[in-house]
Amino acid sequence: MTAATTGMPAEGTATELPRLLPVSGQRQEDWRAHVARHGRLPYRDAPGRLITDMRQAGLTGRGGAAFPVHRKLTAVLDAANERRRTPVVIANGAESEPASDKDATLLWLAPHLVLDGLQLAAEATGADQAILYTHAQRREDVGKRLRQAMAERAAVGIDRVPVELAESPARFLSGQETALINHLGGGPAIPTFMPPRVTERGLGGAPTLVQNVETLAQLALVARHGPHWFRQVGTKTEPGSMLCTIRRADGSPRIAEVPMGIPLRDVLGPVSHDGAVLIGGYHGTWAPAGEAAQLTLDNQSLSAVGARVGAGVLITLPADRCGLAETARTVRYLALESAGQCGPCLNGLPRIAAALAELAGPRPGRHARADVERWSGLVTGRGACHHPDGTARFVRSALITFAPELDRHARGRCAATNSKPFLPIPRGSARTEEDWL
Amino acid sequence: MAERLTVNPIECEGHGACAELLPELISLDEWGYPIIDDHPVPPFLERDARAAVSACPTLALRLQRQ
Repeated sequence: MTAATTGMPAEGTATELPRLLPVSGQRQEDWRAHVARHGRLPYRDAPGRLITDMRQAGLTGRGGAAFPVHRKLTAVLDAANERRRTPVVIANGAESEPASDKDATLLWLAPHLVLDGLQLAAEATGADQAILYTHAQRREDVGKRLRQAMAERAAVGIDRVPVELAESPARFLSGQETALINHLGGGPAIPTFMPPRVTERGLGGAPTLVQNVETLAQLALVARHGPHWFRQVGTKTEPGSMLCTIRRADGSPRIAEVPMGIPLRDVLGPVSHDGAVLIGGYHGTWAPAGEAAQLTLDNQSLSAVGARVGAGVLITLPADRCGLAETARTVRYLALESAGQCGPCLNGLPRIAAALAELAGPRPGRHARADVERWSGLVTGRGACHHPDGTARFVRSALITFAPELDRHARGRCAATNSKPFLPIPRGSARTEEDWL
Repeated sequence: MAERLTVNPIECEGHGACAELLPELISLDEWGYPIIDDHPVPPFLERDARAAVSACPTLALRLQRQ
Protein backbone atom coordinates (compact mmCIF):
# COMPACT_ATOMS: atom_id res chain seq x y z
CA MET A 1 0.00 0.00 0.00
CA THR A 2 1.38 3.41 -0.84
CA ALA A 3 0.53 6.92 0.18
CA ALA A 4 1.10 8.15 -3.37
CA THR A 5 -2.41 9.46 -3.78
CA THR A 6 -2.04 11.84 -0.87
CA GLY A 7 -0.03 14.69 -2.35
CA MET A 8 -0.69 18.36 -1.79
CA PRO A 9 -3.95 19.49 -3.30
CA ALA A 10 -3.77 21.66 -6.39
CA GLU A 11 -3.02 25.32 -5.78
CA GLY A 12 -6.08 27.27 -4.78
CA THR A 13 -7.99 24.43 -3.12
CA ALA A 14 -6.33 24.72 0.27
CA THR A 15 -8.64 27.51 1.43
CA GLU A 16 -11.79 25.78 0.24
CA LEU A 17 -14.29 24.61 2.80
CA PRO A 18 -15.65 22.21 3.79
CA ARG A 19 -12.59 20.14 4.47
CA LEU A 20 -14.16 17.66 6.89
CA LEU A 21 -17.74 17.35 5.77
CA PRO A 22 -18.70 15.94 2.37
CA VAL A 23 -18.76 18.60 -0.34
CA SER A 24 -22.22 17.61 -1.48
CA GLY A 25 -23.56 18.56 1.91
CA GLN A 26 -25.53 15.64 3.19
CA ARG A 27 -24.28 12.51 1.44
CA GLN A 28 -22.41 10.05 3.63
CA GLU A 29 -18.91 9.19 2.55
CA ASP A 30 -18.32 5.47 2.25
CA TRP A 31 -14.80 4.05 2.10
CA ARG A 32 -14.52 4.42 -1.66
CA ALA A 33 -15.74 8.04 -1.70
CA HIS A 34 -13.52 8.81 1.28
CA VAL A 35 -10.36 7.52 -0.41
CA ALA A 36 -11.27 9.17 -3.71
CA ARG A 37 -11.55 12.51 -1.98
CA HIS A 38 -8.85 12.40 0.69
CA GLY A 39 -6.46 9.73 -0.49
CA ARG A 40 -5.16 6.82 1.51
CA LEU A 41 -4.27 6.85 5.14
CA PRO A 42 -0.70 8.19 5.47
CA TYR A 43 0.80 6.03 8.21
CA ARG A 44 4.17 7.35 9.40
CA ASP A 45 5.47 3.93 10.46
CA ALA A 46 6.89 5.18 13.74
CA PRO A 47 5.49 6.69 16.93
CA GLY A 48 6.08 10.37 17.40
CA ARG A 49 6.63 11.59 13.85
CA LEU A 50 3.16 13.02 13.46
CA ILE A 51 3.65 15.17 16.54
CA THR A 52 5.97 17.61 14.78
CA ASP A 53 3.34 18.15 12.10
CA MET A 54 0.69 18.86 14.71
CA ARG A 55 2.93 21.37 16.45
CA GLN A 56 3.66 23.21 13.22
CA ALA A 57 0.01 23.13 12.21
CA GLY A 58 -1.06 24.51 15.58
CA LEU A 59 -4.03 22.16 15.75
CA THR A 60 -5.96 22.49 19.00
CA GLY A 61 -8.71 20.34 20.49
CA ARG A 62 -12.16 20.94 19.02
CA GLY A 63 -14.07 19.52 21.97
CA GLY A 64 -14.13 22.84 23.79
CA ALA A 65 -10.88 23.32 25.70
CA ALA A 66 -8.69 24.12 22.66
CA PHE A 67 -5.70 22.35 24.19
CA PRO A 68 -2.78 21.97 21.74
CA VAL A 69 -2.91 18.49 20.20
CA HIS A 70 0.85 18.07 19.97
CA ARG A 71 1.21 18.62 23.73
CA LYS A 72 -1.32 15.93 24.56
CA LEU A 73 0.28 13.49 22.12
CA THR A 74 3.70 14.24 23.61
CA ALA A 75 2.44 13.79 27.17
CA VAL A 76 1.02 10.36 26.35
CA LEU A 77 4.10 9.26 24.45
CA ASP A 78 6.41 10.43 27.26
CA ALA A 79 4.33 8.74 29.95
CA ALA A 80 4.33 5.53 27.90
CA ASN A 81 8.11 5.60 27.58
CA GLU A 82 8.77 6.49 31.20
CA ARG A 83 6.40 3.94 32.64
CA ARG A 84 6.83 1.31 29.93
CA ARG A 85 3.08 1.07 29.55
CA THR A 86 1.36 0.81 26.18
CA PRO A 87 -1.13 3.68 25.83
CA VAL A 88 -4.80 3.68 24.87
CA VAL A 89 -6.40 6.20 22.48
CA ILE A 90 -10.01 7.26 22.77
CA ALA A 91 -12.07 9.22 20.27
CA ASN A 92 -14.53 11.28 22.27
CA GLY A 93 -17.83 11.62 20.43
CA ALA A 94 -20.00 11.83 23.55
CA GLU A 95 -21.08 15.37 22.64
CA SER A 96 -23.16 15.63 25.78
CA GLU A 97 -23.85 19.33 25.23
CA PRO A 98 -27.53 19.22 24.22
CA ALA A 99 -27.27 22.24 21.92
CA SER A 100 -24.40 20.76 19.91
CA ASP A 101 -24.81 18.38 17.01
CA LYS A 102 -21.57 18.76 15.09
CA ASP A 103 -19.85 15.59 16.33
CA ALA A 104 -22.85 13.38 15.60
CA THR A 105 -23.08 14.98 12.16
CA LEU A 106 -19.40 14.40 11.47
CA LEU A 107 -19.62 10.76 12.58
CA TRP A 108 -22.69 10.33 10.42
CA LEU A 109 -21.32 11.97 7.28
CA ALA A 110 -17.59 11.30 7.41
CA PRO A 111 -16.89 8.43 9.82
CA HIS A 112 -13.75 7.35 7.96
CA LEU A 113 -11.98 10.63 8.61
CA VAL A 114 -12.48 10.16 12.36
CA LEU A 115 -11.41 6.52 12.18
CA ASP A 116 -8.32 7.53 10.16
CA GLY A 117 -7.44 10.06 12.84
CA LEU A 118 -7.87 7.44 15.53
CA GLN A 119 -5.44 5.09 13.75
CA LEU A 120 -2.89 7.86 13.24
CA ALA A 121 -3.16 8.99 16.86
CA ALA A 122 -2.66 5.39 17.96
CA GLU A 123 0.43 5.15 15.81
CA ALA A 124 1.78 8.50 17.03
CA THR A 125 1.54 7.43 20.65
CA GLY A 126 2.37 3.75 20.19
CA ALA A 127 -1.07 2.67 21.41
CA ASP A 128 -2.35 -0.84 20.73
CA GLN A 129 -5.98 -0.22 21.63
CA ALA A 130 -8.47 2.34 20.34
CA ILE A 131 -11.98 3.16 21.48
CA LEU A 132 -14.64 5.25 19.78
CA TYR A 133 -16.97 6.64 22.43
CA THR A 134 -20.31 7.96 21.20
CA HIS A 135 -23.51 9.31 22.67
CA ALA A 136 -26.05 6.51 23.07
CA GLN A 137 -29.27 8.37 22.44
CA ARG A 138 -28.31 11.27 20.22
CA ARG A 139 -28.99 9.68 16.89
CA GLU A 140 -30.04 6.07 16.83
CA ASP A 141 -28.33 5.18 13.61
CA VAL A 142 -24.84 6.57 14.28
CA GLY A 143 -23.77 3.31 15.90
CA LYS A 144 -25.02 1.34 12.91
CA ARG A 145 -23.27 3.71 10.52
CA LEU A 146 -20.01 3.34 12.43
CA ARG A 147 -20.19 -0.45 12.44
CA GLN A 148 -20.76 -0.29 8.69
CA ALA A 149 -17.71 1.94 8.24
CA MET A 150 -15.61 -0.36 10.41
CA ALA A 151 -16.67 -3.36 8.34
CA GLU A 152 -15.61 -1.51 5.18
CA ARG A 153 -12.21 -0.87 6.73
CA ALA A 154 -11.85 -4.46 7.88
CA ALA A 155 -12.53 -5.60 4.31
CA VAL A 156 -9.56 -3.61 2.97
CA GLY A 157 -7.43 -4.27 6.05
CA ILE A 158 -6.51 -0.65 6.58
CA ASP A 159 -6.58 -0.50 10.38
CA ARG A 160 -3.47 -1.45 12.33
CA VAL A 161 -5.01 -1.09 15.78
CA PRO A 162 -8.35 -2.71 16.67
CA VAL A 163 -11.17 -0.27 17.37
CA GLU A 164 -13.88 -0.86 19.90
CA LEU A 165 -17.20 1.02 19.96
CA ALA A 166 -18.55 2.25 23.28
CA GLU A 167 -21.62 4.27 24.18
CA SER A 168 -21.90 7.00 26.75
CA PRO A 169 -24.98 7.47 28.91
CA ALA A 170 -27.10 10.49 28.00
CA ARG A 171 -25.79 12.70 30.78
CA PHE A 172 -24.34 16.21 30.47
CA LEU A 173 -21.04 15.19 32.06
CA SER A 174 -20.57 11.95 30.10
CA GLY A 175 -17.97 13.45 27.79
CA GLN A 176 -15.88 14.93 30.60
CA GLU A 177 -12.48 13.26 30.41
CA THR A 178 -12.34 11.55 33.80
CA ALA A 179 -16.05 10.61 33.64
CA LEU A 180 -15.40 8.94 30.30
CA ILE A 181 -12.46 6.98 31.75
CA ASN A 182 -14.60 5.94 34.73
CA HIS A 183 -17.37 4.73 32.46
CA LEU A 184 -15.11 2.81 30.07
CA GLY A 185 -13.56 1.18 33.13
CA GLY A 186 -16.99 -0.23 33.99
CA GLY A 187 -18.15 2.46 36.42
CA PRO A 188 -20.60 5.33 36.28
CA ALA A 189 -19.81 8.25 33.95
CA ILE A 190 -19.00 10.66 36.77
CA PRO A 191 -15.85 12.75 37.11
CA THR A 192 -12.98 11.95 39.43
CA PHE A 193 -10.56 14.30 41.12
CA MET A 194 -7.32 14.92 39.24
CA PRO A 195 -4.34 14.48 39.43
CA PRO A 196 -2.98 12.33 37.94
CA ARG A 197 -3.86 13.41 34.45
CA VAL A 198 -5.36 10.78 32.17
CA THR A 199 -2.44 11.31 29.79
CA GLU A 200 -0.34 9.70 32.55
CA ARG A 201 -2.82 7.35 34.18
CA GLY A 202 -6.10 6.87 32.40
CA LEU A 203 -8.00 3.77 31.34
CA GLY A 204 -6.83 0.79 33.39
CA GLY A 205 -3.91 2.91 34.59
CA ALA A 206 -2.45 3.21 31.08
CA PRO A 207 -1.39 6.54 29.57
CA THR A 208 -4.51 7.62 27.73
CA LEU A 209 -5.13 10.00 24.85
CA VAL A 210 -8.64 11.40 24.76
CA GLN A 211 -9.37 13.52 21.71
CA ASN A 212 -12.64 14.89 20.42
CA VAL A 213 -13.78 13.19 17.19
CA GLU A 214 -13.51 16.40 15.15
CA THR A 215 -9.97 16.92 16.41
CA LEU A 216 -9.07 13.45 15.12
CA ALA A 217 -10.65 14.19 11.74
CA GLN A 218 -8.62 17.42 11.55
CA LEU A 219 -5.51 15.44 12.52
CA ALA A 220 -6.15 12.98 9.70
CA LEU A 221 -6.21 15.87 7.22
CA VAL A 222 -3.08 17.55 8.59
CA ALA A 223 -1.32 14.18 8.30
CA ARG A 224 -2.24 14.10 4.62
CA HIS A 225 -1.79 17.69 3.54
CA GLY A 226 0.69 19.09 6.03
CA PRO A 227 0.82 22.02 8.47
CA HIS A 228 1.11 24.67 5.75
CA TRP A 229 -2.12 23.53 4.15
CA PHE A 230 -3.87 23.55 7.52
CA ARG A 231 -2.86 27.16 8.15
CA GLN A 232 -4.26 28.40 4.85
CA VAL A 233 -7.48 29.15 6.70
CA GLY A 234 -8.07 30.56 10.17
CA THR A 235 -6.07 33.15 12.06
CA LYS A 236 -2.36 33.18 12.72
CA THR A 237 -2.75 32.21 16.38
CA GLU A 238 -5.85 30.03 15.92
CA PRO A 239 -5.43 28.34 12.56
CA GLY A 240 -7.67 25.96 10.65
CA SER A 241 -11.39 25.42 10.37
CA MET A 242 -13.94 24.26 12.88
CA LEU A 243 -17.38 22.71 12.91
CA CYS A 244 -20.16 24.79 14.43
CA THR A 245 -23.71 24.13 15.48
CA ILE A 246 -25.64 27.25 14.60
CA ARG A 247 -29.13 27.86 15.87
CA ARG A 248 -30.64 30.98 14.42
CA ALA A 249 -33.74 32.58 15.82
CA ASP A 250 -35.86 31.45 12.89
CA GLY A 251 -35.13 27.80 12.53
CA SER A 252 -33.57 24.45 13.30
CA PRO A 253 -29.85 23.77 13.90
CA ARG A 254 -27.41 23.95 11.06
CA ILE A 255 -23.94 22.44 11.05
CA ALA A 256 -21.31 24.48 9.26
CA GLU A 257 -17.57 24.20 8.83
CA VAL A 258 -16.13 27.69 9.05
CA PRO A 259 -12.64 29.18 9.20
CA MET A 260 -11.50 30.20 12.66
CA GLY A 261 -11.71 33.98 12.84
CA ILE A 262 -14.80 34.29 10.63
CA PRO A 263 -16.90 37.38 11.50
CA LEU A 264 -19.69 36.25 13.82
CA ARG A 265 -22.21 38.24 11.82
CA ASP A 266 -21.48 36.00 8.83
CA VAL A 267 -22.31 32.96 10.93
CA LEU A 268 -25.25 34.28 12.90
CA GLY A 269 -27.01 36.02 10.02
CA PRO A 270 -29.15 39.03 10.78
CA VAL A 271 -29.50 39.70 14.50
CA SER A 272 -31.53 42.37 16.21
CA HIS A 273 -29.21 44.86 17.84
CA ASP A 274 -30.76 44.54 21.30
CA GLY A 275 -31.04 40.75 21.09
CA ALA A 276 -28.70 38.18 22.62
CA VAL A 277 -26.54 35.33 21.44
CA LEU A 278 -25.18 32.37 23.34
CA ILE A 279 -21.58 31.57 22.51
CA GLY A 280 -20.15 28.16 23.47
CA GLY A 281 -23.22 26.33 24.76
CA TYR A 282 -24.50 25.78 28.30
CA HIS A 283 -21.09 26.28 29.87
CA GLY A 284 -20.69 29.28 27.61
CA THR A 285 -21.50 32.95 27.59
CA TRP A 286 -24.48 35.12 26.74
CA ALA A 287 -23.52 38.29 24.92
CA PRO A 288 -25.52 41.20 23.55
CA ALA A 289 -26.08 40.54 19.85
CA GLY A 290 -24.92 44.01 18.85
CA GLU A 291 -21.57 43.46 20.56
CA ALA A 292 -21.19 39.88 19.35
CA ALA A 293 -21.77 40.96 15.75
CA GLN A 294 -18.56 43.01 15.94
CA LEU A 295 -16.46 39.99 16.97
CA THR A 296 -14.82 37.12 15.14
CA LEU A 297 -14.97 33.39 15.90
CA ASP A 298 -11.68 32.92 17.76
CA ASN A 299 -10.78 33.01 21.43
CA GLN A 300 -8.70 36.15 21.09
CA SER A 301 -11.63 38.16 19.77
CA LEU A 302 -14.33 36.51 21.91
CA SER A 303 -12.44 37.29 25.12
CA ALA A 304 -13.80 40.85 24.70
CA VAL A 305 -17.14 39.55 25.97
CA GLY A 306 -15.62 36.90 28.24
CA ALA A 307 -16.55 34.15 25.81
CA ARG A 308 -14.69 31.26 24.24
CA VAL A 309 -15.20 29.35 21.02
CA GLY A 310 -15.80 26.15 23.02
CA ALA A 311 -17.22 23.37 20.88
CA GLY A 312 -18.69 25.83 18.39
CA VAL A 313 -22.24 26.25 19.62
CA LEU A 314 -23.72 29.58 18.48
CA ILE A 315 -27.32 30.38 19.30
CA THR A 316 -29.38 33.46 18.54
CA LEU A 317 -32.12 34.02 21.07
CA PRO A 318 -35.37 34.83 19.25
CA ALA A 319 -36.58 38.37 19.96
CA ASP A 320 -39.88 37.11 21.39
CA ARG A 321 -38.27 34.93 24.09
CA CYS A 322 -37.20 35.81 27.63
CA GLY A 323 -33.48 35.28 28.15
CA LEU A 324 -33.98 34.94 31.89
CA ALA A 325 -36.59 32.22 31.48
CA GLU A 326 -34.34 30.36 29.03
CA THR A 327 -31.37 30.66 31.38
CA ALA A 328 -33.38 29.56 34.41
CA ARG A 329 -34.70 26.49 32.59
CA THR A 330 -31.21 25.56 31.39
CA VAL A 331 -29.59 26.05 34.79
CA ARG A 332 -32.25 23.83 36.36
CA TYR A 333 -31.16 21.14 33.90
CA LEU A 334 -27.47 21.77 34.68
CA ALA A 335 -28.16 21.53 38.42
CA LEU A 336 -29.93 18.20 37.91
CA GLU A 337 -26.98 17.00 35.84
CA SER A 338 -24.50 17.62 38.65
CA ALA A 339 -22.98 14.32 39.69
CA GLY A 340 -23.60 15.49 43.26
CA GLN A 341 -20.15 14.53 44.45
CA CYS A 342 -18.78 17.90 45.50
CA GLY A 343 -20.44 19.96 48.25
CA PRO A 344 -20.34 23.38 46.58
CA CYS A 345 -21.84 22.06 43.31
CA LEU A 346 -24.41 19.86 45.09
CA ASN A 347 -25.56 22.75 47.29
CA GLY A 348 -24.91 25.73 45.06
CA LEU A 349 -26.35 24.78 41.69
CA PRO A 350 -29.90 23.97 42.85
CA ARG A 351 -29.99 27.22 44.84
CA ILE A 352 -28.77 29.21 41.86
CA ALA A 353 -31.39 27.50 39.70
CA ALA A 354 -34.19 28.28 42.16
CA ALA A 355 -33.19 31.93 42.52
CA LEU A 356 -32.96 32.26 38.73
CA ALA A 357 -36.45 30.80 38.38
CA GLU A 358 -37.58 33.51 40.78
CA LEU A 359 -35.79 36.18 38.73
CA ALA A 360 -37.40 34.83 35.58
CA GLY A 361 -40.85 35.27 37.11
CA PRO A 362 -42.71 38.45 38.02
CA ARG A 363 -41.57 40.56 41.00
CA PRO A 364 -38.79 38.36 42.37
CA GLY A 365 -37.64 38.72 45.98
CA ARG A 366 -35.21 41.53 46.74
CA HIS A 367 -32.28 39.23 47.45
CA ALA A 368 -32.55 36.83 44.52
CA ARG A 369 -30.13 38.69 42.25
CA ALA A 370 -27.45 39.15 44.91
CA ASP A 371 -27.88 35.52 45.95
CA VAL A 372 -27.26 34.29 42.40
CA GLU A 373 -24.17 36.47 42.12
CA ARG A 374 -22.76 35.34 45.45
CA TRP A 375 -23.44 31.64 44.89
CA SER A 376 -21.96 31.81 41.39
CA GLY A 377 -18.75 33.10 42.90
CA LEU A 378 -18.88 30.53 45.67
CA VAL A 379 -19.11 27.44 43.44
CA THR A 380 -16.42 28.52 40.98
CA GLY A 381 -13.19 26.53 41.11
CA ARG A 382 -14.43 24.26 43.87
CA GLY A 383 -15.50 21.12 42.03
CA ALA A 384 -13.58 18.06 40.89
CA CYS A 385 -14.62 18.99 37.35
CA HIS A 386 -15.54 22.27 35.68
CA HIS A 387 -19.29 21.81 35.87
CA PRO A 388 -19.79 24.44 38.60
CA ASP A 389 -17.38 26.84 36.87
CA GLY A 390 -19.05 26.53 33.49
CA THR A 391 -22.51 26.86 34.96
CA ALA A 392 -21.48 29.95 36.93
CA ARG A 393 -20.00 31.54 33.80
CA PHE A 394 -23.27 30.95 31.93
CA VAL A 395 -25.29 32.40 34.83
CA ARG A 396 -23.16 35.50 35.35
CA SER A 397 -23.18 36.33 31.65
CA ALA A 398 -26.99 36.09 31.74
CA LEU A 399 -27.21 38.56 34.64
CA ILE A 400 -25.11 41.04 32.64
CA THR A 401 -26.63 40.51 29.20
CA PHE A 402 -30.21 40.42 30.44
CA ALA A 403 -29.82 43.24 32.98
CA PRO A 404 -32.56 45.35 31.32
CA GLU A 405 -34.87 42.33 31.47
CA LEU A 406 -34.04 41.84 35.18
CA ASP A 407 -35.15 45.41 35.80
CA ARG A 408 -38.37 44.83 33.86
CA HIS A 409 -39.13 41.69 35.88
CA ALA A 410 -38.53 43.65 39.10
CA ARG A 411 -41.38 45.93 37.97
CA GLY A 412 -43.57 42.94 37.16
CA ARG A 413 -43.06 43.11 33.41
CA CYS A 414 -41.41 40.93 30.76
CA ALA A 415 -40.47 41.80 27.18
CA ALA A 416 -41.14 38.30 25.89
CA THR A 417 -44.33 37.39 24.08
CA ASN A 418 -43.61 33.71 23.58
CA SER A 419 -43.12 31.35 26.52
CA LYS A 420 -42.45 28.26 24.41
CA PRO A 421 -39.03 26.80 25.43
CA PHE A 422 -36.31 27.52 22.89
CA LEU A 423 -32.99 26.10 24.10
CA PRO A 424 -32.98 22.31 23.72
CA ILE A 425 -33.07 20.44 27.03
CA PRO A 426 -33.11 16.63 27.13
CA ARG A 427 -35.95 14.94 28.96
CA GLY A 428 -35.36 13.13 32.19
CA SER A 429 -32.70 13.50 34.84
CA ALA A 430 -30.57 10.96 36.64
CA ARG A 431 -32.38 9.38 39.55
CA THR A 432 -30.31 6.34 40.37
CA GLU A 433 -26.72 5.34 39.72
CA GLU A 434 -27.94 3.22 36.79
CA ASP A 435 -28.69 6.42 34.89
CA TRP A 436 -24.95 7.16 34.85
CA LEU A 437 -23.99 3.74 33.51
CA MET B 1 9.98 23.87 50.10
CA ALA B 2 6.65 25.70 50.03
CA GLU B 3 3.53 23.66 50.56
CA ARG B 4 -0.07 24.44 49.69
CA LEU B 5 -3.32 23.11 51.08
CA THR B 6 -5.62 21.32 48.67
CA VAL B 7 -8.91 19.60 49.23
CA ASN B 8 -10.34 16.73 47.27
CA PRO B 9 -13.88 18.07 46.83
CA ILE B 10 -15.30 14.59 46.22
CA GLU B 11 -13.93 13.21 49.48
CA CYS B 12 -14.79 16.31 51.51
CA GLU B 13 -18.05 15.96 53.45
CA GLY B 14 -17.93 19.32 55.14
CA HIS B 15 -17.16 18.21 58.70
CA GLY B 16 -15.43 21.54 59.22
CA ALA B 17 -12.64 20.39 61.53
CA CYS B 18 -10.04 22.02 59.29
CA ALA B 19 -11.57 25.48 59.61
CA GLU B 20 -11.59 25.17 63.37
CA LEU B 21 -7.92 24.24 63.55
CA LEU B 22 -6.70 26.62 60.86
CA PRO B 23 -9.02 29.64 60.65
CA GLU B 24 -6.13 31.72 59.25
CA LEU B 25 -6.23 29.80 55.96
CA ILE B 26 -9.57 27.98 55.92
CA SER B 27 -13.08 29.36 56.19
CA LEU B 28 -16.38 27.60 55.63
CA ASP B 29 -18.96 28.53 53.02
CA GLU B 30 -22.63 28.80 53.93
CA TRP B 31 -23.08 25.06 53.43
CA GLY B 32 -20.15 24.11 55.65
CA TYR B 33 -17.58 23.31 52.97
CA PRO B 34 -14.06 24.69 53.25
CA ILE B 35 -12.80 27.66 51.26
CA ILE B 36 -9.06 27.32 51.23
CA ASP B 37 -6.41 29.96 50.84
CA ASP B 38 -4.25 28.52 48.10
CA HIS B 39 -1.16 30.59 48.81
CA PRO B 40 1.85 28.70 50.16
CA VAL B 41 1.42 27.90 53.84
CA PRO B 42 3.61 30.35 55.83
CA PRO B 43 6.16 28.66 58.14
CA PHE B 44 4.46 29.84 61.34
CA LEU B 45 1.27 28.00 60.34
CA GLU B 46 2.85 24.76 59.17
CA ARG B 47 2.16 22.95 62.43
CA ASP B 48 -1.48 23.98 62.47
CA ALA B 49 -1.80 23.03 58.82
CA ARG B 50 -0.50 19.55 59.56
CA ALA B 51 -2.91 19.26 62.46
CA ALA B 52 -5.80 20.24 60.18
CA VAL B 53 -4.74 17.65 57.62
CA SER B 54 -4.61 14.89 60.24
CA ALA B 55 -7.94 15.94 61.71
CA CYS B 56 -9.86 15.58 58.45
CA PRO B 57 -12.19 12.58 58.96
CA THR B 58 -12.34 11.78 55.24
CA LEU B 59 -8.65 12.46 54.48
CA ALA B 60 -9.78 15.02 51.91
CA LEU B 61 -7.37 17.74 53.03
CA ARG B 62 -3.80 17.51 51.90
CA LEU B 63 -0.59 19.49 51.97
CA GLN B 64 1.02 19.48 48.59
CA ARG B 65 4.57 20.33 47.78
CA GLN B 66 4.85 22.75 44.87
